[in-house]
Amino acid sequence: MTADILTTRSLHKEFGGLLAVDHVDFTIPRDSTVSLIGPNGAGKTTFFNMLTGVYKPTSGQVEFDGEDITGRPPHAITERGIGRTFQNIRLFQQMSALENVLVGMHARLRGGIFASVVRTPRIRREEEQARVTARELLAYCGLAGRGEVYARNLPYGDQRRLEVARALATQPKLLLLDEPTAGMNPQETLDFIGFVHRLREDRGLTVLLIEHDMRVVMGVSDRVTVLDYGARIAEGPPSEVQRDPRVVEAYLGTRAVASG
Amino acid sequence: MARSTSRLPWGRVHPIVRRAALALLIAGVLLGLAWSGKFQRSTEVYTLVAAVLVLFLAKYAYTGLWFGLERVGVRNARGRWQARSPFLQRAVPPVVISGVVILVAWAAGLAPDLSLIVLLLITYVLYLLPSRWRGFAVPATVLALVVAYPFFIQQTNYQRFLFNLPVFNTFPSMDTMVSMIIFAMMAIGLNMVVGYAGLLDLGYVAFYAIGAYTAAWLASPHFAAYGISFDFGSVAEPAILRVGGIHLSIWLVLITAGLLTALVGVIIGLPTLRLRGDYLAIVTLGFGEILPQVARNGDKDGLGFNLTNGPPGINPIDPPGFGNWLSSHAGLPASYLSEQGVYVNFLTLMFWTALGLLLITVFCSVRLRDSRLGRAWIAIREDETAAAAMGIPLMRTKTWAYASGAFFGGIAGAWFASIKTGVFPDDFFFNISVLILCMVILGGMGNVWGVVAGAAFLEYLNLEGIANFNGWMNDHVFVCDPSKQDPSSVISGGCLNAPLVTFGIYGVIIVLVMLLRPQGLFPEQRRKLEFETGVHDTPIQDETA
Repeated sequence: MTADILTTRSLHKEFGGLLAVDHVDFTIPRDSTVSLIGPNGAGKTTFFNMLTGVYKPTSGQVEFDGEDITGRPPHAITERGIGRTFQNIRLFQQMSALENVLVGMHARLRGGIFASVVRTPRIRREEEQARVTARELLAYCGLAGRGEVYARNLPYGDQRRLEVARALATQPKLLLLDEPTAGMNPQETLDFIGFVHRLREDRGLTVLLIEHDMRVVMGVSDRVTVLDYGARIAEGPPSEVQRDPRVVEAYLGTRAVASG
Repeated sequence: MARSTSRLPWGRVHPIVRRAALALLIAGVLLGLAWSGKFQRSTEVYTLVAAVLVLFLAKYAYTGLWFGLERVGVRNARGRWQARSPFLQRAVPPVVISGVVILVAWAAGLAPDLSLIVLLLITYVLYLLPSRWRGFAVPATVLALVVAYPFFIQQTNYQRFLFNLPVFNTFPSMDTMVSMIIFAMMAIGLNMVVGYAGLLDLGYVAFYAIGAYTAAWLASPHFAAYGISFDFGSVAEPAILRVGGIHLSIWLVLITAGLLTALVGVIIGLPTLRLRGDYLAIVTLGFGEILPQVARNGDKDGLGFNLTNGPPGINPIDPPGFGNWLSSHAGLPASYLSEQGVYVNFLTLMFWTALGLLLITVFCSVRLRDSRLGRAWIAIREDETAAAAMGIPLMRTKTWAYASGAFFGGIAGAWFASIKTGVFPDDFFFNISVLILCMVILGGMGNVWGVVAGAAFLEYLNLEGIANFNGWMNDHVFVCDPSKQDPSSVISGGCLNAPLVTFGIYGVIIVLVMLLRPQGLFPEQRRKLEFETGVHDTPIQDETA
């Protein structure tokens, strides 16, 4: 078992002539919470999408849990243990909260087409067990009793929570959260920081976070990586990164530029 | 700023008054037309207009009743009525409504007969049942009525016992019923692809054709030309068996046709299902065109091997039946054609078997929808990217949807070929694909029962409904002189010839449904949401565990 659950080697992505991610080397140690920050357009989400198989890297390598997963399809990567949420909520709007979580369990259930039609005792047990687990997950994410509500009818904060519940249902070893607190009010954000801590303690999850809210980043991360124009410009504990002149420059611009 | 004072403040008129005025206007125009002499003055037309009008106005009279009671000093009449038992709340309004309709009909000299009243009573009892029983009782009753249908319709002069349908005149014949059921099966198959998985398939007729041709290959003398001679459980005439060819029992044919069609579905699906949306629709359209062309040209000249026998098609195909062994051991009819009873005959057996196949299709469709695979289909329909990120293999799951849809299309095609005892390439035009798609959309995408209803309705219109409607219009509305009628024009000699524009009428129906009820007549519960606006931020259910 490797010490780093995820390693990227010189991961690179270009869209036509546009450089999105520039030869990034990056590691996530097991059982840690790592944040990926950077100004808008820095390539964070592209990087995320390469880890989860939505995009194929132009070059470079992604290794997860000791296995090369570069260019594998998204479902295969999810099956190996990377769960994710989306920056803009992408729930299955016309499915109930419970069904959303059940879809998340897809890779962990076995029911094939013939067994589903016949509904064999094994399938029946599996489905019942899945429903119990799904309800537990909903309760864990603060959605107890909301299982039958259609996702689109949930309030915004609950939709965010449901995205996490759905991602947890894939039984990930590594959870990728793409701006999970976007649009949350300060109290919800605070609750969310507590929730990420609980995830680590209860479930032994490794978490990779894309985040803009510095309180969240400082509150939960063991380590912060900063991207700017697709390249990694800084890495280290939150307190150090915060003071790094290159990071300040990337976010605020240099004094010369700002004044001139 | 010029303010038009002359215009009626239409927007400020109470909506009830507005709608009532509109209804009276329409009724007035209709009656005016009738009086003008251009149209017949028939009791039936007046009765229909009056019944619709009375029902429409009754709705407002009901509201007005409470208002009036309040005005004459009865305090809180509506509240007190609503505080009464929920049973009365449910039980009284339908009695009042049907009572009004029957009275209007009576006044017009149209005495409703016993069978209508019995049907109304059955409906009423089902309506009053507690919902936990209704879920079982409604399908059971409908099924019982449908199974018993041959016994009604095959009586000589059955109209003595069953009321005439208004406007549409007669109940569908046995032949039509069988077609309705076959199309319902295909619509359910297509619904798995379009309704569940959200993959627009414009070439579904290809699967229907493959099913039909499979039946032709496996149960006809077609391959005798190549020296093949094989018989297993077939019910073909001895003379035909002597010719040779493959003669398989119809039941094995059905299963083989389903499996082979599903296989073709997979083969077609693997390259095409990588496409999304419009692109997929165009490619499936292409396949829907290619396969009938293959059927048309798949003879010795075109293919070098006589696979489909070209334009004349393959004929005869063995009729359905259980074969001698099952007949002597289980008492099942050996050949459907040899059954000659008044009620239990070829048509009845064909109908019951089709019904059985439909029930199996519905069962499988519902089971699949509620399974892991069904959830994955709906997830893909909702958001492909998110579905893939949740561990759903897109290609495999979509291909399963395609194959399952194809499976039932193939079975329907094989049954169709078997009861028609022949298969002809011209039966598989593009318009069949569109017709089946219309059935799915009209009934309500995603909802099995809606799709069955949509298919039954459209196929009925196709075979009988429009012709019946046309006859009724010429008898009761238009001043029609059949001797002056030109059979090739839509309106001539004062007569309407609606069956000429059957597809035009479908077009009008679909446009109307899309405008007035875009989710279909009986929408799937979750599809309904898609068409409701303004519920996004407010939870409709606020439950706590």
